[in-house]
Amino acid sequence: MTLEVVTFWALAILLIGSALAVVLTKNLFHSVLYLALSLVATAGVFLALDAEFLAAVQLLLYAGGVITIVVFAIVVTERLVGDRITQTSRHIVTGLVLAGALLLGVLGARSGADLPVERPVIAVDVTRAIGQVLLTEFVLPFELLAVLLLVGLLGALYFARPDE
Amino acid sequence: MGLSAYLTLAAVLFAIGFFGVVTRRNTIGILLGIELMLNAVNINLVAFARFNADVVGMIFTTFTIPITVAEVALGLAIVILIFRMKRTVIADHLDILRG
Repeated sequence: MTLEVVTFWALAILLIGSALAVVLTKNLFHSVLYLALSLVATAGVFLALDAEFLAAVQLLLYAGGVITIVVFAIVVTERLVGDRITQTSRHIVTGLVLAGALLLGVLGARSGADLPVERPVIAVDVTRAIGQVLLTEFVLPFELLAVLLLVGLLGALYFARPDE
Repeated sequence: MGLSAYLTLAAVLFAIGFFGVVTRRNTIGILLGIELMLNAVNINLVAFARFNADVVGMIFTTFTIPITVAEVALGLAIVILIFRMKRTVIADHLDILRG
């Protein structure tokens, strides 16, 4: 039990700290690197919630794929500008008020809810169960997802084509 | 740690991402904030799935993660396209829809 608490707080501090660095740091490239850290911390949270498969997907797709794409986009857009890759923020007070109101609203909305404290035991292997349900009950959304990825890939290629 | 601890963590992460979306001027920075918000939602889904011992919530997360990746790829393609047109990715300067 204590190990679980320690793990949760370590992951929470890592996640919140790196997320704050993402939105506060001046250098856009550093911002992306902190995003990678927070995505890895999210994978850690998934592990703490006994979702090993999702942690692996998170690492492969997010920390691997998304970060690479974003770094490419920064290289393309910032190098041509010639400016240094700094970025500024505006309306910080407005952002603080809005984000605080959002947080209070979310926390207030579920303050009266009766949430479980103990996690029930899952008898089956979670990864195996995900695979079985994914290809039986949810096979149609699964195939649609494949179509969506194909369309997204073609769309990105279409946008990024060289000018005639 | 109970379910409410994980939900609070996700809510704080969502608020931080929202703060980034509101305050960043660079379009790529705004996209990074959206990423944080989507991560918070994924944590919520997995936490609910685990504490209800229902694997369907995790199935939902396996759908949301690839959809997010497609969204980022297209969003950045649009950013690069905008950059080709306007030579800037600062959101304040993108006012071509203004009448």
